[in-house]
Amino acid sequence: MSTPIVLASSGAEFTPPGAELFDFPPLFAGGPEWLTKPVVLALLGSLITIAFAWSAFAKPKLVPRGMQNIGEVGYVFVRDQVARPFLGKDAERWMPLLLSMFMLIWFWNIFAVIPVIQFPVASHIAFPAVLALSVYILKIYLGMKHQGPVKYFTNLIPPGLPKPIYVLLVPIEYLSTFVLAPFTHAVRLFANMFAGHIILAFFSLVGYWFLIENPSWLGAPVGVLGVVMTILMTAFEMFIQFLQAFLFTMLAAMYIGSGLHADH
Amino acid sequence: MITAASLLAAEGGNNPLIPHTYELVVGIFAFFVVVLVVGKILTPRIQKTLAERTELIEGGLKKAEDAQAEAKQTLDAYKSQLSEARQEAARLREEAREQGAQIIAEMKEQAQVEARRIVENAQAQIEQERAQALASLRAEVGALSVDLAGRVVGESLEDEARQRRIVDRFLEELESSNAAGKAL
Repeated sequence: MSTPIVLASSGAEFTPPGAELFDFPPLFAGGPEWLTKPVVLALLGSLITIAFAWSAFAKPKLVPRGMQNIGEVGYVFVRDQVARPFLGKDAERWMPLLLSMFMLIWFWNIFAVIPVIQFPVASHIAFPAVLALSVYILKIYLGMKHQGPVKYFTNLIPPGLPKPIYVLLVPIEYLSTFVLAPFTHAVRLFANMFAGHIILAFFSLVGYWFLIENPSWLGAPVGVLGVVMTILMTAFEMFIQFLQAFLFTMLAAMYIGSGLHADH
Repeated sequence: MITAASLLAAEGGNNPLIPHTYELVVGIFAFFVVVLVVGKILTPRIQKTLAERTELIEGGLKKAEDAQAEAKQTLDAYKSQLSEARQEAARLREEAREQGAQIIAEMKEQAQVEARRIVENAQAQIEQERAQALASLRAEVGALSVDLAGRVVGESLEDEARQRRIVDRFLEELESSNAAGKAL
């Protein structure tokens, strides 16, 4: 990752950004170790989510005005695209959780492209992990409550297959449901935000390095390319931010649904 | 995964796959505060409003349907009343025509009776007047003719009784010959 790329005539080396992008010291010297930028942004994200939801839904009118219109678009989107396809008649019951989750993740993600802030909260795995873990615990709790403490685990295995198949199927099914599903649930969001942040940092650093910090005729086109790519990738990242918030919520709805009713 | 993690660790940075404990705590806190406020307090409000809106719209549609049904019912009632009224009018017209015809017939009959009565009266009067005229004529014509005959014959026929008898006989003869002629 720290392989030097020598393009500048001055002999200075361009170093692409790496994992150190995600290391933050405490906000101020001598402050508590936990008071870092990601922590502040995580709390700010939940504050913004609450403020937005409050402005939209605190005093809802039958004929919506202003913020309520925007809030309702979000609500109807989550209900029709996430909750209803996976939960059917239970959709309304789980909308509070799904809507909260969708909005919080999206605001966390949007921080990545807001000037000055420019950091996706979910690129620190702790945040996707607690969300995925909450859904994981909820899934198992609902499964044992609605299908029975033992039946939930036996329902996962489809009946009526030749005996030898089960030797393969049972471990795979349990591994996928109880280990891989929550892991990929968290990592999918984390990795997308992590990679997106590196990509944006890389291209903007290319632009900055070759046009301002170390300008040269040879390096200028590369710098321009870096700036153009930064703009394009920012637009792309905004799409990914929404998509990942949507996907995470959709998977949450799917896992909740799998707890409520047996799949097979 | 393990190799990637160890590579990153070897570089000296924090392993991005190992979460910080304090971030886990903050993450849980941030998520549960949002679920509490947005999920428990705010989402039910918008759900209630959306349900009310749906109900209102459905209620409005139902009301419109009811109004339409009522209008149709009223129209049917009105139409049946109209046709009833038409039948009634036709019946009355027919009755009136019958009554009219009856009245005309009665009037005709009355007129005929009256006409007959008038004609009969006139005939009776004429008969009476004729008889009267005949009686007065009989007296006058008798006197005149006797007077004339007396003068012509020169014979005095002044005895009144004789005169009258002669004239009466003469006239009776005349009348009977008249009646015989009529009967024939």
